[in-house]
Amino acid sequence: MTMLGDRQQLAYIAAQAADARVNVELETEGMTLNIGPQHPATHGTLRIIARLDGEQVVWAEPSAGYMHRGYEKLTEVRTFPQVTALVNRIDWLGSFANEVPFILAAEKLMGVEAPSRAQHIRTILFELSRIANVSLFLGDLGVQLGAITPVFFAFRDREYVLNLIEAATGGRFHPNFDRIGGLKDDLPAGFVEETRVVMKKLRTFCDQIEDLLFGNEIFQSRTRGIGVIPKDVALQYGLSGANLRASGVDWDLRRDQDIPMAWNKTEFKVITHPDGDSFARCWVRLQEVRESTKIVDQLLDTIPAGPVMAKVPKIIKVPEGEAWVSTENPLGEMGYYVVSQGDQGPFRVKIRSASFNNISIVPWLLKGVYVPDIITILASLYFILGDIDR
Amino acid sequence: MIAALLSADLPYWAVSLLRVLGGLVAVLLPAGTVVYLFLFKMLSFMQSRLGPMEAGPYGSMQLFAEVGKWLQKEDIVPASAQPEARIFKMAPLIVLASTFLLVVVVPFGPDAWFTNFETGIFYALAVSSVSVLGILIAGWSSANKYSLLGGLRAAGQLVAYELPMVLAVIGVVIQAGTMNLQEIVVAQNAGSMFGWDGLGNPYVLTQFVAFLIFMISVQAELSQTPFDMPIAESELVSGYMTEYSGFRFLIFFIGEFATAGVFAMIASVLFLGGWGVPFSWFGWTTIDSIDNWMNVAGPLVLFAKMMALVFFIMWIRFSSPRLREDQLQRFAWKVLIPISLVNIMLTAVLKVAF
Amino acid sequence: MFPLSSTTDTPTEAPRDTVREAELARVLEALGANVVDSLLKPNDDMWIRVTAETWRATAETLKSLGYTYFGFLSAIDWLPSPFGKSEDDASGPSEDRDSTIKQGYTGGDTRFQVFARLVQPFTTIGINIKVDVDDAVMAVDSWSSVFAGANWHEREAHEMFGIGFNGHPDLRNMYLPTDFEGHPMRKDFPLLARIVKPWPGIVDVEPLPGDDEEEGEAS
Repeated sequence: MTMLGDRQQLAYIAAQAADARVNVELETEGMTLNIGPQHPATHGTLRIIARLDGEQVVWAEPSAGYMHRGYEKLTEVRTFPQVTALVNRIDWLGSFANEVPFILAAEKLMGVEAPSRAQHIRTILFELSRIANVSLFLGDLGVQLGAITPVFFAFRDREYVLNLIEAATGGRFHPNFDRIGGLKDDLPAGFVEETRVVMKKLRTFCDQIEDLLFGNEIFQSRTRGIGVIPKDVALQYGLSGANLRASGVDWDLRRDQDIPMAWNKTEFKVITHPDGDSFARCWVRLQEVRESTKIVDQLLDTIPAGPVMAKVPKIIKVPEGEAWVSTENPLGEMGYYVVSQGDQGPFRVKIRSASFNNISIVPWLLKGVYVPDIITILASLYFILGDIDR
Repeated sequence: MIAALLSADLPYWAVSLLRVLGGLVAVLLPAGTVVYLFLFKMLSFMQSRLGPMEAGPYGSMQLFAEVGKWLQKEDIVPASAQPEARIFKMAPLIVLASTFLLVVVVPFGPDAWFTNFETGIFYALAVSSVSVLGILIAGWSSANKYSLLGGLRAAGQLVAYELPMVLAVIGVVIQAGTMNLQEIVVAQNAGSMFGWDGLGNPYVLTQFVAFLIFMISVQAELSQTPFDMPIAESELVSGYMTEYSGFRFLIFFIGEFATAGVFAMIASVLFLGGWGVPFSWFGWTTIDSIDNWMNVAGPLVLFAKMMALVFFIMWIRFSSPRLREDQLQRFAWKVLIPISLVNIMLTAVLKVAF
Repeated sequence: MFPLSSTTDTPTEAPRDTVREAELARVLEALGANVVDSLLKPNDDMWIRVTAETWRATAETLKSLGYTYFGFLSAIDWLPSPFGKSEDDASGPSEDRDSTIKQGYTGGDTRFQVFARLVQPFTTIGINIKVDVDDAVMAVDSWSSVFAGANWHEREAHEMFGIGFNGHPDLRNMYLPTDFEGHPMRKDFPLLARIVKPWPGIVDVEPLPGDDEEEGEAS
């Protein structure tokens, strides 16, 4: 049975969308609670300062920066291949996906295009990173809400994907495999068959999670109607990825953009949800994992033959110019604005990370929610600290 | 009790010592078994991993290793809790004390009981609320906002779920006609259903609704998921237990599982027939006609029934997410209490009719 | 797509990008005199540079034109780093290093520029907007009343570059502690790790797969 009746649900949504006016009749002191930076709930060192009235939040503010590593300054003193190794570590759960937009921007400036085999393999690895990233999200979602069992299934099934990435690139977490002009190496023998097997396992995993977690009434009552983000607010804040699609905006950079990757050779659905609440965000991500497995299957069938590296000079000097490339990363839209002045390294790289925008909505979103809902909302927004703090 | 078993005349101090030891065993043995079997092994298998395997064969000595580990940890009282250090240190003992107070009223066999109150179940329900005090004290004296939140949530939740528990038990009391736990056991095992006494008259069949409500309330009283807002590991780290370390945390930990065992014992006494097997199997008629070996077999039977019930409690605990505090309260006040009231009315009517 | 590589025989001109051209024309018409310079790279992207006084008005106009998705907002410091860039340089500032400021696309007159990106959802046509930041003033208007998401981006640009944003509700540091002195992303702020421990030099250069002997020409 649902814990909130329909009328109560609508009232709750309405109260959240407007500014919460907390009724203080008794002269009581509010309590300031620090959630983090060390906390089991946050994906890393995020600190939320919340002012509470009982169990209701009056205002809340994330305080980021505990993991700021100064990426944009570092990129100014590195060469392009070194920057590639650096940007692996921004979103460390789906690392290959971080490299791709940067490499594409550099290739745009140089005027080279990777051979189609390289593009294809890049897309496969990109989607594998997405699956690895979001399947951990699905498991972790349970833990945030109190269900301690699904997370182990997530980690177990994610190991298969990480083994695939390791077989292809040599690194489970930080592949550092992309190069300007193509890839470092070709796929190992047996990769295609093994990946097909793993994709089947991942689909089973998705079904299991849907059964175990999403079908659970308690989960539904904890996430439905919580943290509703209307469409226009989402666009204003620059939310991206599943957060945007869960608010009903039909926008997927894989389908809508024309960049030299192999997505336009596959058919996949872009899944949106009209509600914009936490459940919608979680559900959209689950479906995206399913779609990713189908994309990988299609890509595996059609890998073209050929070289994996275009003809580029050994010491790469990227000509002058500015380029912007963004891709549909597991966390959202990640983009790099690369400014080059003809050197071996960039002049300025602006890293547009998805979680930075995703978390900037938190002060607006957390007014008037209960303390347990803070955790639910943060879990559903899904951020990685490396992405926020760079 | 033991004198009856040994048919010897023991001095009072010996009997008291045996009772104390018996009480300790009655509390700690289920706690230990529950912790090992369910927390270590069942949870691990549910999570597709093996669990502790190193300490002893298949990890059976893990509990002793854990106890030893906790005992040798430093006992920290946080600086801001120093003014209330005495209360801070007392809180876990209050929680454990309520478990021991609860177990003395559970009958383990026809002559194997610690006390035989006429108002047994009334006493049990009253005493189980003492742990609420302990939790609230722990939460508040920790001088930690997370603990305070946990303690307040616990206070609200535990008080709220006392009521459905009491109301569910009233149904059993009406049907048994007595509040004495020993007589409730006898009434179930000596009774018959529509004339057939092959299974006795376990109240779980007639009081099915009350059984469910009681088990749900027990889940909430133990602060187990889905009702574990007071602990809420991903939000409050450990709720009211956050600031405790070493031996005191061990007491909370053992207390949690011991209480689970004891509540399951009470539930099996009330609904499943307690220590008894249906009297018709052995041709007994009244409690005095029971053979003496039942005093040894009775605890084992009770243990088995308790394990079955704890299995369900732990199963639900390991698999479901947690309810939010207001959803929790709404469930107790708006759903459980009305249903249990209806159950009482129905029981009363049917008891008179039949 | 991208300009063809040199392996094709027939040199073709860059393909026309009618969609972006129409969009740019529309934007330029709406903005009128605000725009100082603009650039369109076919099938790639659009850039415009506006005057500092019209920075916020530009945002409002673009939002009404359909660019409702806020991409990002940041700044560029066009001064070449006095500490050098490549690995062989010593880690101290050197006087004979070239310090002429050379801006990028759509030009510029000042050392600092604030730039932002807005995107039209559903068409994914994006536009990059730059504005000069006068060295004496070191402030532009804030976009946070137009796009709520600009709040955090402006905080970061403020702490990293020292650029003020007029009208921002709450301009405190985003990443750095409140008592941090200096603005790290400025080029004259040294990368402390390099000062403490100089870069050891190029460590390895991988041979490209397939051809180790053939060295491609360095461009």
